[in-house]
Amino acid sequence: MSYIAIVDYGAGNLMSVHNTLDYLGYENKIAASADVIENAAGVILPGVGAFPDAMAALEHSGLTEAVLKAAKEKPFLGICLGMQMLFEESDEVRPCRGLGLLPGRIERIETSLKLPQIGWNALDILRPNAMTEGLENGSYVYFVHSFMAHPADENDLAAVTDYGARVPAMVARGNLFGCQFHPEKSGEVGLAMLRNFAKLTEVGK
Amino acid sequence: MLAKRIIPCLDVKDGRVVKGVNFVGLRDAGDPVELAKFYSQEGADEIVFLDITATSDNRDTIADVVRRTCREVFVPVTVGGGIRTVDDFREILRAGADKISINSSAVKNPDLVNAAAEKYGSQCVVVAIDARANAEMPSGFEVYVAGGRTPTGKDAVAWAKEVYERGAGEILLTSMDKDGTKSGFDLKLTKAVVEVVGIPVIASGGCGSLEHFSEVFEKTGCDAALAASLFHYRELTVGEVKEHLKEKGIPVRK
Repeated sequence: MSYIAIVDYGAGNLMSVHNTLDYLGYENKIAASADVIENAAGVILPGVGAFPDAMAALEHSGLTEAVLKAAKEKPFLGICLGMQMLFEESDEVRPCRGLGLLPGRIERIETSLKLPQIGWNALDILRPNAMTEGLENGSYVYFVHSFMAHPADENDLAAVTDYGARVPAMVARGNLFGCQFHPEKSGEVGLAMLRNFAKLTEVGK
Repeated sequence: MLAKRIIPCLDVKDGRVVKGVNFVGLRDAGDPVELAKFYSQEGADEIVFLDITATSDNRDTIADVVRRTCREVFVPVTVGGGIRTVDDFREILRAGADKISINSSAVKNPDLVNAAAEKYGSQCVVVAIDARANAEMPSGFEVYVAGGRTPTGKDAVAWAKEVYERGAGEILLTSMDKDGTKSGFDLKLTKAVVEVVGIPVIASGGCGSLEHFSEVFEKTGCDAALAASLFHYRELTVGEVKEHLKEKGIPVRK
């Protein structure tokens, strides 16, 4: 039976993602070993916390290799910090290398507004993709973050949100997706996006 | 632009919703999971569970409520009541809660705010402040604990600033004077707190009409408004409040 692997390296929102996929009726497994990622039809990389801790935890889990491989061959979604980890480097706490799957850096949001950005903000969809299918532009999703991506390739930027700065909300390149917001906490809109992602894992089944 | 949030609060005792909830069409109106789901479908931006169970060995019960809620409700969930230690935080967060609200325990042990923020991140540490007017306080408001029964001698606005500096991610501010009066939120108190903290403030206590919601957002700069009985008794629905705010040009999530 095909399933979606949720990478388990100690990230906080793991169970929320698992609950959402269960609710949507998609088979999913918490992946604490490389073979569970290798045999999955799609992979989700969750993430909450600070960048260097998360990269170290992923490395420590021994799953980095399998994650890199999966991101190149099957539907792959990074959520919040999981999206930031797709990039080359982050400034959070100290300069730290990411997975380098997308060119660009993670830096603190430059805004006059309160940080972290916590709450519901509207998506401005710049480049519609498989995950945004059926979504209305301006749909609200739930954000919790102080750092943001600066994609080096503008073509990777799928959606932004306005927080006193143009904040990248979603990135997409081929089979690779990243959401700065938490689709698993974004009500009906988030459910629709995760359903869209899950559907990609059924293609060719 | 960040949407202003509307948050229904459910008082839970021994795993059941209390405060006569008057719902038609729910299988079990005393089930916190059913109610959370109902409000979420109605457009609530967040759900707050306030555990008013008197005994502390009841944490398993509220954790179970959270666990069951998070299987069906996909908006942020905050839990308050009886959380005293960093370990208590872990238990409720693991059950699926997004934020933990602390009140008396923060007054008793302010370092809990720092410790929890350091361990789990400021975003999940909400400090609830129950305040009542007292002319002898510098700001004119005093902090009360134990469900609003016990005065602490602490200035409410200074306390808000202190917990912000200690790493709180949000303040849930309840006016004990206004609570239950339906005469509107305490604008003076709310504005005073908004002005000294750099984190979101949730206004609570006193709302009785649609205008009270638009007024608190327009006049105080707060980020969210919380209500309990008003929604439970269906005097207003979350949908009506949002529709009203939208008409007033206040950004809300559709």
